[in-house]
Amino acid sequence: MINGVSIDFYLVLSAVLFTIGAVGVFVRRNTIILFMCIELMLSAVSLLMIAFSTLHNDTSGQVFVFFTMAVAAAEVAVGLAILSMIYRNSKSIDSDTLSNLKN
Amino acid sequence: MNGLIIICGLGLLAMISEIFKFRSVLFPLVLTGLLAALALNVWEWNNPMHISYFENMIGFDRSALAFSTVILAIALLWFVLAQDYFKSGQHLVDHYALVLFALAGALMLTGCKNMTTLFLGIETLSIPMYVLAASKKNDLKSNEAGFKYLIMGSFASGFLLFGIALVYGATASFDFEEIKAYIAVFQGELPGFFYVGVIFILIAMAFKIAVAPFHFWAPDVYEGSPVLITGLMSTVVKTAAFAAFMRLFMMCFSNVSELWVTLLAVIVALSLAVSNFTAVMQTNTKRMLAYSSISHAAFMLMIIMSDKGETASVNSLIYYSLAYSLASLSAFAVIYLVSKNGSEDITELNGLHKRNRLLTITLTIALLSLAGIPVTAGFFAKYFVLSQIPSDTLLWLTILAIISSTIAAFYYLKIVGSMFFADSYTKEPIVVQKSHAFVLIVCVVLLLLFGMVPGLITELALY
Repeated sequence: MINGVSIDFYLVLSAVLFTIGAVGVFVRRNTIILFMCIELMLSAVSLLMIAFSTLHNDTSGQVFVFFTMAVAAAEVAVGLAILSMIYRNSKSIDSDTLSNLKN
Repeated sequence: MNGLIIICGLGLLAMISEIFKFRSVLFPLVLTGLLAALALNVWEWNNPMHISYFENMIGFDRSALAFSTVILAIALLWFVLAQDYFKSGQHLVDHYALVLFALAGALMLTGCKNMTTLFLGIETLSIPMYVLAASKKNDLKSNEAGFKYLIMGSFASGFLLFGIALVYGATASFDFEEIKAYIAVFQGELPGFFYVGVIFILIAMAFKIAVAPFHFWAPDVYEGSPVLITGLMSTVVKTAAFAAFMRLFMMCFSNVSELWVTLLAVIVALSLAVSNFTAVMQTNTKRMLAYSSISHAAFMLMIIMSDKGETASVNSLIYYSLAYSLASLSAFAVIYLVSKNGSEDITELNGLHKRNRLLTITLTIALLSLAGIPVTAGFFAKYFVLSQIPSDTLLWLTILAIISSTIAAFYYLKIVGSMFFADSYTKEPIVVQKSHAFVLIVCVVLLLLFGMVPGLITELALY
């Protein structure tokens, strides 16, 4: 119980957010939206981590969230750099154009 | 630990070398640094201190030291091989820095004792690799490879983090030993989401080591990336990921092994079936080696799942990663040298025998080792795996493994055959630099040495 709210609600909320993100990665074709979906997954995890951290009265979960945020920022920085290279070479950021490597 | 500090320092040096204009001495500096890190690793091995750093977050016991020595040695060979790669093109110094930081992440993974260091190690290893995969700026294929690697990598990181959060929620700790102790005490009373968390972590790690059904990114990324970077991915990255996998599952989650062993059996069976049947049909050499790396990853997973808490399985995992890394590195080195003025198509290797003897012999030994044919290290690597699988419960897996190795041997030997007997479209000899020849010879000698005296690795006292 955190302030009268059962931990199950936090669990369900973050699971729902995580699922929306994960499904989005496979469904959406715009690469910027892909990044947003991945960010959503990571944010869902952060929410869960903080909820558990408060529940257990243990700060290490909150410290972990800082690491998560830093890593997510680094990942997006690299991702957008690669995306701008792709745009320069193909004039498109649609993930359907990325099919030069055969399956 | 000293090795990790040196590699981080080298990475920083590489970054400032452009500003302070010592770019030309950077290569000898990096080689010296790697040699020093290797020497310190050996010294730490002989004088075990059993110290863990940062509140028990990272610590190098002997198994971690063995894995990091393998990684450093392969990286050393890789740097010698990549010397002229660094001379061509732009932004060379950044390449050095990126490879060194990836290496730092790999070493961090070998010594991780906490979920935090596991996560940070994986990310420190992966993020430079995304950039390196996309490092051919004007080549859309390379960009695509980097992008796919990034999306799949961060997707897997999301799963890893969700798994870590659930395990943290159940056990209130990120520490491997504390989690293990908690599981041992409260076995049977753990909430359901703990098991979901373990499965999520397993899925994430399966993504990272690229085993079926989470392997679909690997062939694309391997094909699109520059050859040498692919070589780095299939050796250093794979070894580090397996070191982490081993620490996580054999040490931390060993008390809930019945949960993940069944899942691993399914993953291994799928990987063996998918990879070898698909590899036969490939026409691009890098793609073929990507599928071959999937099947080797499946073999390494078999070691982890057949573990009975004995050091023998850690030894055979180290032996397997060393044998696989050496063979894979020399195969990628040959492809790099052959494809410099040609394509990466398998037919490019036709009649290689008439163009360069050394390359032919190296690739033959490397492929024989990948196929697991005696006298090379690959034979004992596979032998140790198959002899350790419990024959009463997992006999079907052993049979599947043997069938799939036979298929694998077919496509490896087909290449060996075409190198000797097929006609090439050009007879132009390939000139090999002395430094490249040195790397190739070292790889071949080590492959044969470990193949004849496997005891060098398997009898190492890890505890």
